[in-house]
Amino acid sequence: MTAQEIYDNLKAKFGDAVGEARLDALQPWIAISETRTREICQFLRDEPAFAFDYLSCLSGVDYADGKLGVVYHLFSMIHRHKIVLRTMCTREHPHIQSVSAVWGTANWHEREAYDMFGIVFDEHPDLRRILCGDDYPGYPLRKDFKVPEFYNGMKVPY
Amino acid sequence: MKESRTLPTDYVSSPERTSSGRTLRTDEMILNMGPQHPSTHGVLRLELVVDGEIIVDVIPHIGYLHRCFEKHAEHMTNYQQVIPYADRMDYLSSMCNDWAYALAVEKLLKLEIPERVQYIRLIMAELQRIASHLIAVGTYAIDMGAFTPFLWCFRDRERILDLFEMTCGARLLYNYIWVGGVSHDLPPRFVEKAKDFCRDFRKTLKEVHDVLTYNEIFIKRTANVGVLPKDVAINYACSGPMLRGSGVDWDLRRDDPYGIYDRFEWAVQIGKGEAGTVGDCWDRYMVRMREMEESTKLIEQAVASIPEGNVQSAIPKRIRPEAGEVYVRSESPRGELGFYVISDGTASPYRVKARAPAFVNLSVLPEISRGAMVADLVAIAGSVDIVLGEVDR
Repeated sequence: MTAQEIYDNLKAKFGDAVGEARLDALQPWIAISETRTREICQFLRDEPAFAFDYLSCLSGVDYADGKLGVVYHLFSMIHRHKIVLRTMCTREHPHIQSVSAVWGTANWHEREAYDMFGIVFDEHPDLRRILCGDDYPGYPLRKDFKVPEFYNGMKVPY
Repeated sequence: MKESRTLPTDYVSSPERTSSGRTLRTDEMILNMGPQHPSTHGVLRLELVVDGEIIVDVIPHIGYLHRCFEKHAEHMTNYQQVIPYADRMDYLSSMCNDWAYALAVEKLLKLEIPERVQYIRLIMAELQRIASHLIAVGTYAIDMGAFTPFLWCFRDRERILDLFEMTCGARLLYNYIWVGGVSHDLPPRFVEKAKDFCRDFRKTLKEVHDVLTYNEIFIKRTANVGVLPKDVAINYACSGPMLRGSGVDWDLRRDDPYGIYDRFEWAVQIGKGEAGTVGDCWDRYMVRMREMEESTKLIEQAVASIPEGNVQSAIPKRIRPEAGEVYVRSESPRGELGFYVISDGTASPYRVKARAPAFVNLSVLPEISRGAMVADLVAIAGSVDIVLGEVDR
């Protein structure tokens, strides 16, 4: 199924929850609402015409204009087609609905995005830091992150 | 000013609850395996909830080797400088990491790669796959109590490292595959030595099959243990031998082609449940063994037909891709290694996300270990073949 068909189908089904799309990009992407990601992803996975059963990658991104985002690279083992979904939230209210109930692999990817960007995934079963220590201050992959001078009273060497 | 140090107490395990918030029943206790434990293959801590010898739950704790690959990549002054850092992610298959990253940047630049470079990359990646699988198989044998195959595996891996050393001077972290080309052309006598290696390596494979694969004890330890069903494997986005061991006929080299894999004759190997159930530890082991055979075939065909040419003609002087983003994946020895690169039109990447196969494969460990014995967990964790450098990046 082409990106255009996927977009048309999603738009017809979910209306305003599906935002802009760049279907002529190197890898076409569709923006979706951050409060309805689970519903949309569930539909994409379960509907036989799409059957996106494989979540290749889930990445947090800091767009540096006050927005944080999450990018989902979906793939279908059955139909062998791909699509990229994007969702955005603000720095002040960094909440995005979790999709770990749809794909098990999203669990750790979302924990990583939470760890690195401070994006809170609502309804996530076990949202803890994964790579940094539990008491690490701040979110290191945000563009405005500054390495703290001290960490738990220890001088950070650079 | 008084400095306060408060740990978020929710996250700390206690005799009553695990760090993920599970309350223990009377019969259950927490057992920590790692971070320093020979069978975790690196600094991985597994927090086990056990009821006697039976595993009720596993909570992996990772991050001990976190070296901020993604942050480093954003702070480089150009795209080429990321490659040495990519080397250090999965330090047992550096060639494949380099290639995966180079593929992503080349796609952003829409670069054409010379024929000779394509052949060299394929030969290097397949040699690396054999070297990496040899470690996987060798250390797995040690985990199961067999010492001899380990030595044979390392003996043959050494010959591959010698080949890499004579090509680029490094034995482990190569910085060899660059965007648009490779750092050195093949040295004289490389082709000859690679052919010799392939011929001798077949014998080693047969020896390992004889002493380990069909060994009664080994089969008892691995067959029907840690069964990963097909649908769970796909739901957890497992890849590489993990996914193929569960009987999914899927290999990115064939199904999302890159390089020149489509020109050669080779087959994707999948688990068939010969010793037990499809998707058990033995199947994952066997897929690796058979993949080494296929890689040998690929190397033999490639060195026989490698064309002449300049290996550095396509390396761009200045890398400045147009603004855009790309996710490119390739088949590393552990599975789908993807790089998501965002370019903002400047000389350094805006964001690089590495989708590490070992990280994703490890996340399925709790699913396949519940109900197993503690000793079986060693077999299960070994069959996942994690490299902690890649899990933590």
